[in-house]
Amino acid sequence: MQLTEKHKEYWRRNLRVTGILLAVWFVVTFVIGYFARELQSITIIGFPFPFYMGAQGSLVIYVVIIWFYANYMNKLDQEYGVHEGDD
Amino acid sequence: MAAQSQSQFFSSLKRYYSFYTGGFVAFVIIVAILEQLGVPNKILGYIFLAATVLLYAGIGVMSRTADVSEYYVAGRRVPALFNGMATGADWMSAASFIGMAGTLYLSGYDGLAFVLGWTGGYCLVALLLAPYLRKFGQFTIPDFLGARYGGNIPRSIGVFAAILCSFTYVIAQIYGVGLITSRFTGLEFGIGVFAGLGGILVCSFLGGMRAVTWTQVAQYIILIVAYMIPVVWLSVKHTGNPVPQIAYGYVLEKVTAREVVLNDPTTPDGAREAEVRAIFKQRQEAAEGKLKALEAGGVTYLAEEKGKLSLAAADLKAKPDADPAAVAAAEKAAADYPVDAAAAKKAWTAAANGAKAKTGPIASHAEPFAGKDQAAIDKKRKNFLALVLCLMVGTAALPHILMRYYTTPSVKEARKSVFWSLFFIFLLYFTAPALAVLAKFDVYTLLVGSSFSELPSWVASWAAVDKSLMSVTDINKDGIVQLAEITLGGDLIVLATPEIAGLPYVITGLVAAGGLAAALSTADGLLLTIANALSHDVYYKMINPHAATTRRLAISKGLLLVVAVFAAYVTSLKPGDILFLVGAAFSLAASAFFPALALGVFWKRANKWGAIIGMSGGLGVCMYYMYMTYPFFGVNAPLWWDINPISAGIFGMPAGIIGVVVGSLLTAAPNKEIQDLVDHVRYPNLEGDINTKAA
Repeated sequence: MQLTEKHKEYWRRNLRVTGILLAVWFVVTFVIGYFARELQSITIIGFPFPFYMGAQGSLVIYVVIIWFYANYMNKLDQEYGVHEGDD
Repeated sequence: MAAQSQSQFFSSLKRYYSFYTGGFVAFVIIVAILEQLGVPNKILGYIFLAATVLLYAGIGVMSRTADVSEYYVAGRRVPALFNGMATGADWMSAASFIGMAGTLYLSGYDGLAFVLGWTGGYCLVALLLAPYLRKFGQFTIPDFLGARYGGNIPRSIGVFAAILCSFTYVIAQIYGVGLITSRFTGLEFGIGVFAGLGGILVCSFLGGMRAVTWTQVAQYIILIVAYMIPVVWLSVKHTGNPVPQIAYGYVLEKVTAREVVLNDPTTPDGAREAEVRAIFKQRQEAAEGKLKALEAGGVTYLAEEKGKLSLAAADLKAKPDADPAAVAAAEKAAADYPVDAAAAKKAWTAAANGAKAKTGPIASHAEPFAGKDQAAIDKKRKNFLALVLCLMVGTAALPHILMRYYTTPSVKEARKSVFWSLFFIFLLYFTAPALAVLAKFDVYTLLVGSSFSELPSWVASWAAVDKSLMSVTDINKDGIVQLAEITLGGDLIVLATPEIAGLPYVITGLVAAGGLAAALSTADGLLLTIANALSHDVYYKMINPHAATTRRLAISKGLLLVVAVFAAYVTSLKPGDILFLVGAAFSLAASAFFPALALGVFWKRANKWGAIIGMSGGLGVCMYYMYMTYPFFGVNAPLWWDINPISAGIFGMPAGIIGVVVGSLLTAAPNKEIQDLVDHVRYPNLEGDINTKAA
């Protein structure tokens, strides 16, 4: 099977959004985790910031990342004509 | 059913599960009424456990099937929302339900590694694997490895790794089942294991994935309700706010303030804590002194000391006005004296370590990586981050979870389904830290400082059940409870929350049913993964590709039974520590599967030899490190860069990635057919596409 230029562009855009979302995932998990002690003095609704992120903030961001990806890709499928038929 | 359209199916599912939830609430109310009528707690416990297991069995029987696609992937028509709930139950195990809040209670910020690791991993599932595996659309994870890399070797390594990590994990689950059944019904642990196993089997045996899916949805509803009710109640009690996740920031501030008071010897409460710590310090030194003397004197020292004790007891007895209690204590001390040097060393080391744990100041709940110097802090931080990464990547590699994304009707639904999965998991995981803080507040402010003559009733009742979960001893004999005098097991937090919150026993029964649902649902998914790897990948794909459908299913069901009984047998031997078993399963999966799966989708050049070297190398390094460093195996080699054995995957993963890359580049690129397969999984729909869908 021969891929068209359009197909390749679809894959490039998929890789780009995947990369950006993984970068967000990495920052909220590992960068904040690494600097947890340094960020301890910041408070957010009564919590020290790193504790808040570990217990809630990062989790919310994970849920949003996955929600965004699903929506973005489902739209991208339509745009590039690679969506599945109605089931 | 086949004639039904997907949207009709979805709306009838919603109707069924709404009725079901209503029925379950009614059932809880009936049990609550029975309690008010004076039915004893033990009977209520039986009713709860029996009713829920029967319910799962009922769903299992109703979903029985003889169709291959129904048996392996629930007919591939599970809507995203319901697959999300099923994945949630499949995912959340006894460790999440019962253990997590306790771990957070005991280790504060550092325990958040589990919360982060077990949720953030879904980002990797969503972005790197789920949609592609769904497009590939066969039955098992080794199926993908077999097709993508060609030949039976990658598939066989996949089967071996799938069985290894699922089996390690399932033992931890069955252990949880045994623990809950034995605690709430009074059955013996071994019998509890087999009784729980019956519950697991009725469901997966008849209907495979289809039955497991619909049972898991039911189990999710029970477990989330059971987890939330007591926490909301506790939150109202302490803050007046029914949303514990928001309210506990304010409670955490108070806990932190209380920690400062208890650590400050100039305050009255702090002074009493310091007094108890000093006593523990003396005990630690005494035990260490004995250890030193043992090293110097050996067996002679032991004999002398034992002689002295017997003599003292005899002297005491000979006195005319001897106090019988003191005599009995002295005689017991002589009789309990360690028999040989090994026993003495073990007993005294345990005593020294136990006392030492109580000598330090209280660790602050919200402080990350607390340590006495920079080196200790760095070590903790390193292990925290390594554990988070292992748990996340392991999440995106555990076959029983990835398998669930084969069951959705389309790629689009698979993507949405990961969102629902994480959403339903998130509900529990962002509640657990709140529960830990609320429980800590209760212990620090209400229990500490209360008098030994009027302990809260939940303390007394749990101390009577199990000393390792709850015990308080008046060390400094002042009649008042100090924090250092309390020994509290992590599992207590979830199990005792209803009583701490002052709720009736019916809620305790509900929590037990929730814990059981969590353990059973995960065990179901895991056993099915193991049996499918053996029956589908080994028997059908490698031994007898012409086997008839009925024979394939018969073999699958037979194997399920054998694996289940074997797992229960291994569990009844009580091997190792639950948390380590669970962590080990994640590290193993992360090292063995993740590199080959992700690179299989994103790097066309990855080939058979790369996969073989990467998977066996990753798995090998991970297993080697665990074997060398985990105390259970007795080698106790020095750690590499201070990384704990639970995070062995941190070495296995890079080994796996390097193996795939180097192995692939040294050998020829995969053929056109396999490159087409990669394109096939990358695009949800391609014109002139090949078809990899299994019937």
